[in-house]
Amino acid sequence: MSDFLLTYQSLFAFVGINALLALSIYATLSCGQLSLANAGFMAIGAYAAVLITQRAHLPLSLALAASMALPALVAVPLGLPVLRLRGVFLAIATIGFGEVVRLFLVNWSLTNGALGIVGIPQLTRPWMIWVSLALALYVLARVQGSRAGYALEAIREDETAARTMGIDTAAYKLAMLSFGAALAGLAGGLEAHLTYMLSPGAYGFGRVVEMLVQAVVGGSAVFFGPVIGAAFLTVLPEALREVGRHVGLGPGAFRLLLNGAVLLVVILFLPDGLASLLRRRRR
Amino acid sequence: MGQQLVNGVFLGSIYALFAVGYTLVFGVLDILNLAHQAVFMLSAFVALALVGEAHLPLLAAMPIAILFGGVLGLVLERIAFRPLRGRAGSNISGLISSLAMATIFEAIALQLFGPDTSRFPFGVIPEHTLRIGGASVSALQLSIVAAAVFLMAALTLLLSRTRLGRQIRAVAENPKAARVLGVNVDRVIAAAFFLSSALGGAAGVLFGLAFNSISPDVGRSIELKGLAVIILGGMGSIAGAVIAGFALGLIEVFVVSEIGSSYRDAVSFAVLFLVLLVRPLGLFGRAAAREA
Repeated sequence: MSDFLLTYQSLFAFVGINALLALSIYATLSCGQLSLANAGFMAIGAYAAVLITQRAHLPLSLALAASMALPALVAVPLGLPVLRLRGVFLAIATIGFGEVVRLFLVNWSLTNGALGIVGIPQLTRPWMIWVSLALALYVLARVQGSRAGYALEAIREDETAARTMGIDTAAYKLAMLSFGAALAGLAGGLEAHLTYMLSPGAYGFGRVVEMLVQAVVGGSAVFFGPVIGAAFLTVLPEALREVGRHVGLGPGAFRLLLNGAVLLVVILFLPDGLASLLRRRRR
Repeated sequence: MGQQLVNGVFLGSIYALFAVGYTLVFGVLDILNLAHQAVFMLSAFVALALVGEAHLPLLAAMPIAILFGGVLGLVLERIAFRPLRGRAGSNISGLISSLAMATIFEAIALQLFGPDTSRFPFGVIPEHTLRIGGASVSALQLSIVAAAVFLMAALTLLLSRTRLGRQIRAVAENPKAARVLGVNVDRVIAAAFFLSSALGGAAGVLFGLAFNSISPDVGRSIELKGLAVIILGGMGSIAGAVIAGFALGLIEVFVVSEIGSSYRDAVSFAVLFLVLLVRPLGLFGRAAAREA
């Protein structure tokens, strides 16, 4: 058992980080908004944390706090104008934001531009990831079924009707964007102190697509859905690695193919994600 | 100055051709097809394989690769979009299923052609240049612009003059009314996908020739440029996409020569943000307010 845990320790750590990222997408999806800015928020959190521990030589706890606070703050001036847009227009504007962050980091000399920072000590411990995930889930669980939770649901179903009923839709949407940004930033800070390195290339459009895929595959109707999706899609390529080698697919292509195929099957046949399977059984 | 103008028009013609296909599908279905870039990329690879492996002449390989792009569009429509039609919130789930298809296409390219940059064999691409005024223009650039303009003109004619074109516009305007009037909506949508993807594929082939470097992620950056173009031109507007495509090409080239190349890609996002915040309808968008 302990051998098993040791072998797969890093895999489990990535499950936790991916779960945080998928939850950050869920935060805005829960009020019906498709925001794809989260790779940008993640980058801000990661760079803030690494600059604090590596350049300012301050403790990790402070760095992680900053990796949550900074993206959450940035989300406010971004969200105020952008959240007025609906549907695909919001998605496009937030894709643009993510690319602007990435381009800025590519050109920033303080952090070595496109090369990034290497040799970051591995300060992240598994328990930090699990505690963060537990706290995030606790908050989201408390929201569901509360007054705020009903407000979010109302906005998701029909924003105009929700506003007519006196719900401050702008404030709720902004709060969820900011909360999602904090989660993505924290995941960025944790990941950067786990993988020894940091470079702008890791925070491109492909990264936010990965988060979205995991959230949707797990199911974005309930708060624990994205965690299921993240766990499933992080473990599956590892579990099936031999199969991929057997049929002669390269590891990169195999992973992409699995992600795409699973997402397609889920969106076509299981619109509420894997989480809806659990519910059906319980009923 | 003249040289900048030439380069801008050249770059712009590829952006415009790519974006026209993008915006055609959006106009008809209100769906953002994020697999458009993958069609672009795979068609470029097919042209490359036909020339490099099958030793076809370039002029024979191009139409085949473009047709291949169109067929990919039919596949996309059948697998990723038709099953979702009529579902609540189908424009967001359509966006997500198109991402799934893009991922699958990218996996196929990665498996077949590898992650590295592929190039056309030496001597396939014509290399002589002409001088127009003070600017030097390669024959290749000239033919690429000509091909792009020809394809866009053909599409415009098709949409305005033919029966299929009228049907596509009718479905874009109001699918229910079109169905009542006897239009086979499913077939028209499939045709729109075919046209859109064939143009995306053509843009891919021309891009591959122009820069002579094709890799599985080559569509990523043009995808984002394409978004900026269709937002600037107005979602669903063909004329808007053409004008905005050339405009973005020119702006980019002038920014590079005036400010430097490190912020070249930031231009499109600055444009995108500004338009979304100031005039989300774009230059030629109609105030249909479908989003409400």
